[in-house]
Amino acid sequence: MKNILVIGATSAIAEHCARRWATRGTKLFLVGRNAERLAMIADDLRVRAGSADCIATFVLDANALASHQPMLEAALGFLGQLDGVLIAHGSLPDQQACEASVDMMLAEIANNGVSVIALAARLANVLEAQRSGCLAAIGSVAGDRGRQSNYTYGAAKALVDRFFEGLRNRLAPAGVSVLLIKPGFVDTPMTASFAKGGPLWATPERVAGEIVAAMDSGRQVLYTPWFWRWIMLIIRHIPERIFMRMKL
Amino acid sequence: MHCWGNLDFAAPRKIVRPVSRAAALPSEPLLLARGNGRSYGDVCVNSDGTLIDMRGLDRFIAFDAQQGVLRAEAGVLLADILALIVPHGWFLPVTPGTRFITLGGAIANDVHGKNHHREGTFGRHVRGFELLRSDGQRLQCSPDDNAELFAATVGGLGLTGLMSWAEISLRPIHGPAIYQRQQRFRSLHEFFELNRQAEIESEHAVAWIDCLSANPRGILIAGDHCAGEVSVPSKKTLRVPLTPPFSPVNRATLGAFNQAYFHRPLAQGRVHYAPFFYPLDGILDWNRLYGRAGFFQYQCVLPEGSDALAEILRVIARSGEGSLLAVLKTFGTITSPGLLSFPMPGANLALDFPHRGATSSRLFERLDAVVAAAGGRLYPAKDARMPPALFRSGYPALERFCKFVDPAFSSSFWRRVMEQS
Repeated sequence: MKNILVIGATSAIAEHCARRWATRGTKLFLVGRNAERLAMIADDLRVRAGSADCIATFVLDANALASHQPMLEAALGFLGQLDGVLIAHGSLPDQQACEASVDMMLAEIANNGVSVIALAARLANVLEAQRSGCLAAIGSVAGDRGRQSNYTYGAAKALVDRFFEGLRNRLAPAGVSVLLIKPGFVDTPMTASFAKGGPLWATPERVAGEIVAAMDSGRQVLYTPWFWRWIMLIIRHIPERIFMRMKL
Repeated sequence: MHCWGNLDFAAPRKIVRPVSRAAALPSEPLLLARGNGRSYGDVCVNSDGTLIDMRGLDRFIAFDAQQGVLRAEAGVLLADILALIVPHGWFLPVTPGTRFITLGGAIANDVHGKNHHREGTFGRHVRGFELLRSDGQRLQCSPDDNAELFAATVGGLGLTGLMSWAEISLRPIHGPAIYQRQQRFRSLHEFFELNRQAEIESEHAVAWIDCLSANPRGILIAGDHCAGEVSVPSKKTLRVPLTPPFSPVNRATLGAFNQAYFHRPLAQGRVHYAPFFYPLDGILDWNRLYGRAGFFQYQCVLPEGSDALAEILRVIARSGEGSLLAVLKTFGTITSPGLLSFPMPGANLALDFPHRGATSSRLFERLDAVVAAAGGRLYPAKDARMPPALFRSGYPALERFCKFVDPAFSSSFWRRVMEQS
């Protein structure tokens, strides 16, 4: 992939993907909300790439839906064509706070769900017309089943999951691959409030390596690390009658 | 979060991860920045304090591939720096025996390498850094600006504030190859003869020594960066998968290992820099080999002209305790830049010992007595037990250093050697 658009480029997973792409000479258009951190990441990638001209940045709040089109035009202006897109922005809501505040719950759904499909809808049209490329987004294993501890986040990610299934089906004839990435527990700033460690926790470097490989190979769904596929297979198949009594 | 020696220290009260190098310090007491946790003892431990985990600050800031100058955040690993600079014909001017340490850690411990006789310590190649102080200041320090704070921070064990980024000068190389020569020696006299010659001829010189043998013997390894093709070592690494309940390193296994290692065929010729500088980086988690109780490293420097080295080796050989990795290297006369830098002219010896409770303590006390009598010192980066008196006698600039310690910063090591509760 020669030209890649990264949305949510200050996320730890996206940054590690970008490092891999930069060292192999990919042209990158980085989109993020925090201008200062975006500039620091861009400088780092320029050093890794050994070139200043292959990285550009764009400051965007993904929830400002009206800014999506200008961002996309700037990206296309810089990259020429889109070989890959990674949508990586997101936030991990406090589920109990979302239960207390409907406004907060809807804001989380907007950030993790609505803004992602709004971007994907525009990008799908570009890629379909271009008849090539890979559209990838970071979903979550939490989107595979609603659980009391995390269902606001899970519902938003499930929205993205279903939307991406539909896009995949629509874009397959155009030769566009649509990838949904479902990481498990990743040791990033987003999960700062968790006690980490143990076999289920993965580093963002590892997850990024698997994402880059999955985008290269045109995969449809990536559970990362791999064992989450089997964990979620079991969790999805627990009968609802039993599941509703479980503390998950 | 443990230290590399797997010793048992109480956990920090809190771990903080700065989101960027522009972030402010947490406003609380007992702060300590921590890099990759490769210090053997408690300089990287902050029991009941706040540990600032620096591994997330691992971005490059600028790299001048013409002049060989690199600026990076303090949490970047030396391994990542090498991966970036070697293809451009540059190398670290000084490197310790592992590349899995951070840039900030290398400066805070003013690390040294096999080329100390030519290049001095790592700190001599630091052009500058930014230091965050708990009073809110962000200070640019270099040998010219805030020079005293610079001297306190190089080798300052993280006690003078938080280093957010640093800039270092690199060393030009022709490629990733090292031309190495190995020679056996069968006495300390022979070691010093060979070593003197090796230090004249080569940039890098270090010896492995058989610490169980009554008459010291070992292998001197010398090397120089050179041009030419060399095969890149396989990406595959071994990993010690679990920590055995007790250490398999004992007198019998060690004796057999040392006998075999001493008589192995000597290597001569071109090698990749990785096995030359970082032989143990090829075995991940090798520290687990010393069992659940962990291990100590005893690293001392003994001033030139004393026969303390022979005495130290006699005490160790008699004790029957000892390590797979026993390293002997002479430090040259280049002055270290830091107030608490470890290297000074003399013989530098490093040995690992499995943690065997009172047996270990008794041995260390005997060794401490020899080091103190000779006017030597121990290396804080490797230490978990040196008595406060030995720290004070080994570091005469300690009083000057104390003026630069940031009141909000501390470590388990500092509280121990300064006898603060």
